[in-house]
Amino acid sequence: GTAAEALVGQVVLPGDLLLLPGHYDEDAESERLRLSAGATPQGRLLCGPGLRRSGAGLLVTKCGLLRHRPAGGGAYWVDSQQKRYVPVKGDHVIGIVTAKAGDVFRLDVGGSEPASLSYLAFEGATKRNRPNVQVGDLIYGQFVVANKDMEPEMVCIDSSGKSSGMGIIGQDGFLFKVSLGLIRKLLAPKCEIIQELSQLYPFELVLGMNGRIWVKAKTIQQTLIIVNILEACEYMTAEQRKQALAKLSGN
Amino acid sequence: MAGDVKTKLSKNLLRMKFMQRGLDSQTKKQLEEEEKKIISEEHWYLDVPDLKEKESYIIEERSFLRCEDLVYGRMSFKGFNPEIEKLMIQMNSKCKEEEIEEDDKMEADVSDEEMARRYETLVGTIGKKFLRKRDQRVLKDDDEDDEVEEGNSNPRPSKRAKKMFLKPQD
Repeated sequence: GTAAEALVGQVVLPGDLLLLPGHYDEDAESERLRLSAGATPQGRLLCGPGLRRSGAGLLVTKCGLLRHRPAGGGAYWVDSQQKRYVPVKGDHVIGIVTAKAGDVFRLDVGGSEPASLSYLAFEGATKRNRPNVQVGDLIYGQFVVANKDMEPEMVCIDSSGKSSGMGIIGQDGFLFKVSLGLIRKLLAPKCEIIQELSQLYPFELVLGMNGRIWVKAKTIQQTLIIVNILEACEYMTAEQRKQALAKLSGN
Repeated sequence: MAGDVKTKLSKNLLRMKFMQRGLDSQTKKQLEEEEKKIISEEHWYLDVPDLKEKESYIIEERSFLRCEDLVYGRMSFKGFNPEIEKLMIQMNSKCKEEEIEEDDKMEADVSDEEMARRYETLVGTIGKKFLRKRDQRVLKDDDEDDEVEEGNSNPRPSKRAKKMFLKPQD
């Protein structure tokens, strides 16, 4: 295997073994000697999506670019591209209500199974005071249970009981699907695309980690313009995007 | 009759909780030891030396949220939805607040020494206000005497006697 630091920012393929600092030898004793000499990993190392722990190193399981974050003990992950969403605990997603089964709503989140959402998982909901959720509504919530053995479960409140923006997404607007990589790009702090779009018209935007985006602007035309730009952003370069936006604001 | 009944009861019955309430501690201990012996004889164990598990410091994580620094998913621009705009500021500053929390020491407006000095005098003056009359008089006399005779360690029996409880004579 090769050292993990050498491959940061480069393409890695499944099956590559990444070695971490302090673990260049398989022998446990020499490992201890090294730890005192070289850069010791402080705290726990986070092995993110696309990587698996394998002995003393990390095994790549998805192809993509290797990323590294030195803060907070360090984290390595693979920035890969995919369209199919797999529910992960803690992710905020947009779900479509497909059925009401007693006290529980079934939501389609784009995974292999519909997620369940209890009617009590809304802010200020009690047994008497039920939320007004109909089939076909859009809900922005987060996963509390999401593993391969169980049906995913969602809630629309956070750990302190507040909704903090989650819940039923209002009327009108337009829902469409993009790839997961674009969503993460849009959610990066100080994203250029979002900044440029925000200069155009007033609009509202909800991004779900499952690839779904909901847009609402004052008129249908403005909404569709924003939708088209976001969809095309996947394959446009920065200059092309700026040209397109310049044409729009010129009109 | 009671003695006959005792000898006919089985061991399992005697081991039950309700039968043991009347026993003394010694017999209880004996019964416990017997039970442990039976269990440990039946207990299977591996005849293999213990494997020392290497302490692993790598945590596996399937979520991108914990790796990357992502902003909150609900956004609104140019005042389209004012509540969401307020929420945006709140959520995004919450993330930054977590970084700032490490340096939590606030600079004090008043230094510690000055605080102690003020507190000393303050507590004394306010405290005097709420004393009962008797104690106020004592305090006043004490202060005057202190000023007149500094370093005098003789107790003043007349004043001290007033404070003590005098037993009523028959």
